[in-house]
Amino acid sequence: MTPDLAVTLAGLRLANPVLAASGTFGAGREAAAFLDLKALGGVIVKSMTLTPWSGKPTPRMCETPSGMLNAIGIQNKGVEHFLAEDLPWLSAQDATVVASIAGNSVDEFVKVAHRIEAANTSLAAVELNISCPNLEDRNHIFAHSASATAEVVRSVKAVLRSKPVFAKLSPNVTSIPLIAESALEAGADGLSLINTVFGMAVDVSTRRPKLAGGMGGLSGPAIRPIAVRAVHEVHRLWPHVPIIGQGGVQTATDALELIMAGASAVAVGTANFVDPGACPKVAGGIRDYMAAGGVGDVAELVGCLKLEG
Amino acid sequence: MSPSLVAAGVFSHKKYGENYHALALVAPGIGAQVEPGQFINVSCGPNRDFILRRPFSIFRVHEQGSAPSTIEIVFDLRGPGTRQLAAMHIHDKIDVMGPLGVGFSIPQRKAKCLLVGGGVGAAPLFFLGDRLRKDGHRIDVVLGARNADHLLNAMDLRRMASVCNLTTEDGSAGARGRVTDVLADTMDGCGTEVVYACGPDPMLAAVARICMEKKVFVQVAVEELMACGYGVCMTCVMPLRERRSKGASAGRSVVYARTCTEGPVFNGAQVIWSSGHEHVAQDQSELSLGGGAVRAGLQPEAGAGHGPPGN
Ligand SMILES: Cc1cc2nc3c(=O)[nH]c(=O)nc-3n(C[C@H](O)[C@H](O)[C@H](O)COP(=O)(O)OP(=O)(O)OC[C@H]3O[C@@H](n4cnc5c(N)ncnc54)[C@H](O)[C@@H]3O)c2cc1C
Ligand SMILES: Cc1cc2nc3c(=O)[nH]c(=O)nc-3n(C[C@H](O)[C@H](O)[C@H](O)COP(=O)(O)O)c2cc1C
Ligand code: FES
Repeated sequence: MTPDLAVTLAGLRLANPVLAASGTFGAGREAAAFLDLKALGGVIVKSMTLTPWSGKPTPRMCETPSGMLNAIGIQNKGVEHFLAEDLPWLSAQDATVVASIAGNSVDEFVKVAHRIEAANTSLAAVELNISCPNLEDRNHIFAHSASATAEVVRSVKAVLRSKPVFAKLSPNVTSIPLIAESALEAGADGLSLINTVFGMAVDVSTRRPKLAGGMGGLSGPAIRPIAVRAVHEVHRLWPHVPIIGQGGVQTATDALELIMAGASAVAVGTANFVDPGACPKVAGGIRDYMAAGGVGDVAELVGCLKLEG
Repeated sequence: MSPSLVAAGVFSHKKYGENYHALALVAPGIGAQVEPGQFINVSCGPNRDFILRRPFSIFRVHEQGSAPSTIEIVFDLRGPGTRQLAAMHIHDKIDVMGPLGVGFSIPQRKAKCLLVGGGVGAAPLFFLGDRLRKDGHRIDVVLGARNADHLLNAMDLRRMASVCNLTTEDGSAGARGRVTDVLADTMDGCGTEVVYACGPDPMLAAVARICMEKKVFVQVAVEELMACGYGVCMTCVMPLRERRSKGASAGRSVVYARTCTEGPVFNGAQVIWSSGHEHVAQDQSELSLGGGAVRAGLQPEAGAGHGPPGN
């Protein structure tokens, strides 16, 4: 029996459950030197904004135990560049593509969503990176407020009718289920859990933060237990909501932790920096695990976590 | 040539002076293709505490007859990665990604080239010097370091250079002071037409300033913090001045270029240098005035200072 790795999340069909996480794979071009993009379940491209963003000053990263802090500031060339250059190229590689939208106001999210809808492309789904400051609300991060999260999701869903929309939630809140609930009520088709964990590091010789922006987002194996917990918390309450689990996945075992906690698919982020071929390797490891255990369909593993007995 | 992942074998492990370790690696594919100024990104071992690769310039390339060329890197001990590399023995395997980045451009016609290096940052000048000499260019050198023991393999540079000026901050070899103290005189004396510089940012900034004053073309190889080394993460950027000739965005603008893929070698006149956080705000305001690719999108409120982090 060959295990079936294909999964479908709210209409998003993936040949295997392992995607590249937004911001860690560009738009696939550079990684294509190392692997065939068809081997990935999908590519979630770097978050795009209405107009090009230049990003934050440097230094933008520092390494921390089993992870790294980053403060890039969503440097990207904008939605028009994505539609004109990146998406046609990705489609020519036969890659399954998920767009990631970011913005500093609800209106910016909506305008990007509108462009994507109007372009009527082969895009498979859209992820909303709502871990962005809302300039219209004293820079409060959308994903940190249930009402701001709902407003973005509802407004985007109103214009983006043809693609499944995943709201990517931040772990930096008192209750992830509370934000998840409002995203789902506002019409999110699925959730991505989690974005980076806010952190900070200090250079004691200069007494300055190691990142020019002060704080940054922690990623890598250090945050995996937080991601597993977040997926578990949400899946327990809404077992039918598709979740793309992400945070610290390096190996198939890491991915299986998230899947057993309730993720229907996983995204690999920081591990791509070390090995551009990480996604297909993780998928291969999941296949091996299934073959060894006689698991025919990866869906059997989703949320299979045993809590009692 | 596009990069690949290679399981390289350690061919030799030498020391230069007290401080520098050199590893020669058998890396078929990389050795045959690599250009001066390019680098490799090295996985320093299966350590889950620090996961990222470490970037190193190609110090030298050795022809092994018809066998695959070996590539050599040289480094000093900084932290866990370099400590682990320093413990490598002959025949050990190292996971290497490369060749990466855009290297130095080589003059089309015969030129008088000056190579300027500081500390271990001088590493790529050796490979570059070999190439320039093979192509028949004149080479002069200014090499600097903290003290005599930190001058990287000055003997080899002396051999390839017509003029080789050394500087040390403590005066233990060559002139007391920094490379920039002797740079202008060396350029005048040698009739320098092209300058190649590698080393710490403040040194590169000073070298670029002197070259611009003298209207001499200067290429710099920078070392920025890199998470991926192959162009996907946007951590390694450097602000560059760009001249745009077309349309509404004509004029000067500033772009954040990836040093791992658009560099690490840049035209020194284009780089906007900042030696610390106090200059960052200034860069940022220049960026906000910039046109072209970044003009419309800059969000100073979201980008500057201690605002909320954003990937
Ligand atoms: C293009 C390029 C070429 C380089 N070539 C050389 C070389 O030929 N010889 C050499 O000795 N060093 C070189 N460096 C610097 C070298 O990468 C660092 O010394 C090394 O990463 C330190 O790792 P560590 O774990 O020992 O130190 P740590 O201080 O523990 O490193 C922690 C983190 O900081 C990064 N880092 C630390 N210092 C630097 C630096 N100066 N530049 C970039 N990243 C840094 C590391 O990659 C790592 O992610 C180069 C850097 C770049 C970007
Ligand atoms: C350098 C870097 C850039 C990122 N950029 C984005 C981004 O543009 N949009 C987004 O939604 N997430 C971004 N992320 C977050 C990742 O997509 C991912 O959710 C997070 O890093 C956790 O996964 P990991 O631990 O496997 O990296 C970025 C992460 C890193 C490390
Ligand atoms: S180091 Fe990742 S883009 Fe340059």
